[in-house]
Amino acid sequence: MAKTDTMIINMGPQHPSTHGVLRVILELDGEVVVKATPDIGFLHRGLEKLAESKTYHQCITLTDRLDYVAGMTNNLAYVLAVEKLIGIEAPPRAQAIRVLLSELQRIASHLFWLGTHAHDIGAMTPLFYALRERDEILFMFEMVCGSRLTPSYFRVGGLAQDLPEEFEAKCREFIRTFPSHVDEYETLLTRNKIWMRRTQGVGAISGEEAINWGLSGPILRASNVNWDLRKAMPYCGYESYDFIVPTGKNGDVYDRYLVRLVEMRQSNEIIRQVLDRMPGGKVLVDDPRVVYPPKAKVQESIEAMIHHFHIASEGFPVPRGEVYASIESPKGELGFYLLSDGSNKPFRFRVRPPSFINLSALSTMVEGRLIADVVAIIGSIDIVLAEVDR
Amino acid sequence: MLAFVLIAIVKVLVVFTAMLLIVAYMTLMERKVLGHMQVRFGPNRTGPFGLLQPIADGIKLFFKEDIIVPHANRLIYILAPSVMVITALVSFAVIPFGDSVTILGHKVDMVVADVNVGLLYLMAISSLGVYGLVMGGWASNNKYSLLGAIRSSAQMISYELSLGLSIIGVLMITGSLSTVKIVGAQSQVWFVVYQPLGFLIFLISAVAECSRTPFDLTECENELVAGYQTEYSSMKFALYYLAEYAHILVISSLAVTLFFGGWQGPFLPPLVWFLIKVFIFIFFFIWIRATFPRFRYDQLMKFGWKVLFPLSLLNIMITGIVMSVIG
Amino acid sequence: MFETFLFVLLAVVTTIAAILVIVQRNPVASAIYLIITLFCLAGIYLLLSAPFIAVIQVLVYAGAIMVLFLFVIMLLNLEKEKKLIYRNRLQKVLGVFLGGVLLAQIGMIFSSVLLEGSKGKFPAEKVAALGNTEVVARLLFTDFLLPFEIVSVLLLVAIVGAIVLAKKQI
Repeated sequence: MAKTDTMIINMGPQHPSTHGVLRVILELDGEVVVKATPDIGFLHRGLEKLAESKTYHQCITLTDRLDYVAGMTNNLAYVLAVEKLIGIEAPPRAQAIRVLLSELQRIASHLFWLGTHAHDIGAMTPLFYALRERDEILFMFEMVCGSRLTPSYFRVGGLAQDLPEEFEAKCREFIRTFPSHVDEYETLLTRNKIWMRRTQGVGAISGEEAINWGLSGPILRASNVNWDLRKAMPYCGYESYDFIVPTGKNGDVYDRYLVRLVEMRQSNEIIRQVLDRMPGGKVLVDDPRVVYPPKAKVQESIEAMIHHFHIASEGFPVPRGEVYASIESPKGELGFYLLSDGSNKPFRFRVRPPSFINLSALSTMVEGRLIADVVAIIGSIDIVLAEVDR
Repeated sequence: MLAFVLIAIVKVLVVFTAMLLIVAYMTLMERKVLGHMQVRFGPNRTGPFGLLQPIADGIKLFFKEDIIVPHANRLIYILAPSVMVITALVSFAVIPFGDSVTILGHKVDMVVADVNVGLLYLMAISSLGVYGLVMGGWASNNKYSLLGAIRSSAQMISYELSLGLSIIGVLMITGSLSTVKIVGAQSQVWFVVYQPLGFLIFLISAVAECSRTPFDLTECENELVAGYQTEYSSMKFALYYLAEYAHILVISSLAVTLFFGGWQGPFLPPLVWFLIKVFIFIFFFIWIRATFPRFRYDQLMKFGWKVLFPLSLLNIMITGIVMSVIG
Repeated sequence: MFETFLFVLLAVVTTIAAILVIVQRNPVASAIYLIITLFCLAGIYLLLSAPFIAVIQVLVYAGAIMVLFLFVIMLLNLEKEKKLIYRNRLQKVLGVFLGGVLLAQIGMIFSSVLLEGSKGKFPAEKVAALGNTEVVARLLFTDFLLPFEIVSVLLLVAIVGAIVLAKKQI
């Protein structure tokens, strides 16, 4: 009955649970959110413009910096786009290793999400458990390419180098123990009454609405839409692996949590299958247009050396045309749109970042809910601001 | 008369010094225990096993810049942390921590003050603790602080109610408000046996009263940055933490006094028994912090008013019926 | 001797704080002085060997009611009222007059009744012997049971009223 004023509160860009520099302008009535306006761009680095002045090869390192908790998949989406434009395909072994590392990356990304999301809701311990396993994966990445966060390991036409020998043993050890670790997180959270109360029915979005917003990834699947690019438009030979795509029912924060947990288990299964039938052979396509000549040849023939110098200094020209290629990144559909004018640098470089598009539904999900839910919902979307702002 | 005053002063000094020492090492204990529960070590660099860590923390906080934000209400801003600390420390006065001993012909009770309204005194003092939060949150002139302060006062008022009501069962059995008499009445059986429901309600309300996970909404870092203490720094910040841990100590001691026979126990000296029991409770507090997520504000209020409050009334009723049947 | 000293101290602080309550322009400061007043009153009760009343005073007034007062003041943000200056002369004159009447009444009652009052049924010694809380409880549930119940009903009505006022739709 009494007229009440609303209070405007600036959540972020410096706030512990906006996952980076997201700023949400919240209009509160008591603790109820009347209006939420996300304000992004604090981490805008002009990556897409920057890419126009880099050769196709150099752009790989830029893509690492998009979603920095899932560098491998960013690389993959980009090299797939370039390969599609040129019209080459990586050899089977390279494809298998790409799948292997992408799935490891998916687990790592989901683990990081799980830890931070649980911490947002106040559960402190899962963060440390999740980061323990994530670290194992990062050690494996370091073993593979010498870098933990920004691998830049995939190349146009294949990989930078083959897997090291000791990788397989370590990876097998990891996938052997990993399911029991997921059980650990589940004992802490899944049937926890407080966790259920905090997440069930919160931020629910229907399947139709989710499609209208253009959502993708676990957040879409939680709304009972079975859409996974690995199944719908397979790439890198995903069609040959046996895995299920989990879907939720209500599309709330709890379902997103369950979907991601099952995805981690499924990724683990995919990794096992990849390891079991890892094909042999080369890891780089045999196409002199884009691939360096073998080192031994460079040292003995002047033509090979000139060829090497050419690719290293100028990159390779890519035929005129435009292309869009997308993959199922841990966060959703990550796509690269490239427009080539036939030179060695992309004329236009555009990213379809899943975080950005998923974030756009934030306002509708949080309005009418409490301030504590805002934190839970932002966490459940799983955004990386570097990818949102680019 | 002089002896009485002297004994009182000595007791006050000893108890509060010991309390501050325990509180300092509770922070270390919390960090260590949490660390080991979370596959890490906790502080272990300052001194052997990190034993000097609380001292290092104290020194660090003491020398931090003391910031008073512009547009803050200075008087209240400065007053608020001290209110918190004083109420937390003073409420320990009625907790008995040992049997009475005779020193130089004087009988000395191992309690700072045995008043016949002991428990009510405790409730009254702890209800004043809210002022520290409310004043601090309001005077900081920060919206996050204000939200934290509003949450805290609502929470404290709601849970104080069920905390108070959960104790009534014990009071009915003992027939006294004096903590010393309550401990004395448990020489045969601990009251937790007679009052399991009351103890459960007490425990939950106590966690809420201390603003600990899963009820740490007043300062929940993920939503309100740091709640009421967002703008505090240096020693004032430390005082808030001191008060928080002192509060935990008091509540744990109270739980031991009311439900677990206080200082009584075989073989070991009373003080040791008292400390053992108290530290088990403190461990419990840390344990739930490592395990549970946080409630949402409205859920917390609903839980307090719709579950705990009726349950505590029910507990009183059951206790009354059983007592009148048994006689 | 010691008690007299304490009484004088508490009485002086109470009076000063009470005056500050009405003199202060800032409502939050006003509320805090009121808390101090209530607290010192509790001290005086304690000196009168009525620890139960003292503790209840702190628990109910200082601990519960004033928290809500403070709560409301903070939420309302009374910046405008702070600057309000009463310009009405009639109001001032009337205020002084009525205040004088009130003071005279208090003085009369003080001089005629309180100072010459006789001891009641429960002097301090008896209360101390029986136990403070017990005496209050026994009286409350025997002689004064009806008023006690009426107060309960009154409080219930107040709670219902508060819910009706606060709720947007029932």
